[in-house]
Amino acid sequence: MFAEILVAALLVISGVFALVGSYGLIKLPDLMTRLHAPTKASTLGVGGALIASMLHAIVWRNEVSWHELLITLFLFLTAPITANFIAKAHMAEKLKSGDLPPTGTDRDWATLDMSEEPVQPEMTPPGQPGRPS
Amino acid sequence: MLRKILPHPGLSALLILTWLLLVNDFKWGSLVFATILAICIPWLTAPFWPDRPVVKNWLAAAEFVLIVLYDIVKSNITVALIVLFKPKSQIHPLWVTVPLDLRTPEAITVLAGTITMTPGTVTADMSADGRSLLVHCLDATDADAIRDDIKSRYETRLMRIFE
Repeated sequence: MFAEILVAALLVISGVFALVGSYGLIKLPDLMTRLHAPTKASTLGVGGALIASMLHAIVWRNEVSWHELLITLFLFLTAPITANFIAKAHMAEKLKSGDLPPTGTDRDWATLDMSEEPVQPEMTPPGQPGRPS
Repeated sequence: MLRKILPHPGLSALLILTWLLLVNDFKWGSLVFATILAICIPWLTAPFWPDRPVVKNWLAAAEFVLIVLYDIVKSNITVALIVLFKPKSQIHPLWVTVPLDLRTPEAITVLAGTITMTPGTVTADMSADGRSLLVHCLDATDADAIRDDIKSRYETRLMRIFE
């Protein structure tokens, strides 16, 4: 009984967050702000559904299901990278250096940087052989 | 010799674990196949992994994961409230430059991912020399406060874990 309530509550909460995430896509004014809705609101949406699924497997089928952990892991790996690539595509298409704050370093933002120098973090301290690229 | 067969022991262990989790059941046959994968995949992808990410402090890493999970839940609620109740005209998006003290590429990647997953911020880009990150905030007015928060809450912890 208690488990049923818990699973149902988790499903409702996750459904609400997923819905709000989708609504954010309609409501927010431009691409960069829209990017916030699916990367945040939906992680808790999916997370809640996955916890509910694991609980269900443990209580009703008496077995531990590990797939949900993997889904969470893959989601956490892919969501920031997707957001990053959408943002970079948007920068390359629509934004110029003047629209963004200064980098505070010698080089421009990587997407807008037109120099021939390779784009990469400075990995080793000066004076030591660089690492292979 | 062992180094040649297993260029990335950590990656191999992770692959075995991932495969067993995918199978969702422990069978000896799966373990054998997982071991084959754990030897082949690191060997095939070794050119893409010039260095190994070294976690120096596992306790700090565990603490970092918990803090980030807590922040993700908090950020979901914050963003949901902004989306639902704030009128469009009162949402002020803001670009923030975060100068980096981290130098390890793996640590910078983790920081960028963490920023994307947490309160109202998305990492958009890195400066071409890897010295600062470009962060977009959904609704903020004080760029300095956001920058200091990211640096003190996440970056100092990552410094302790990786460097």
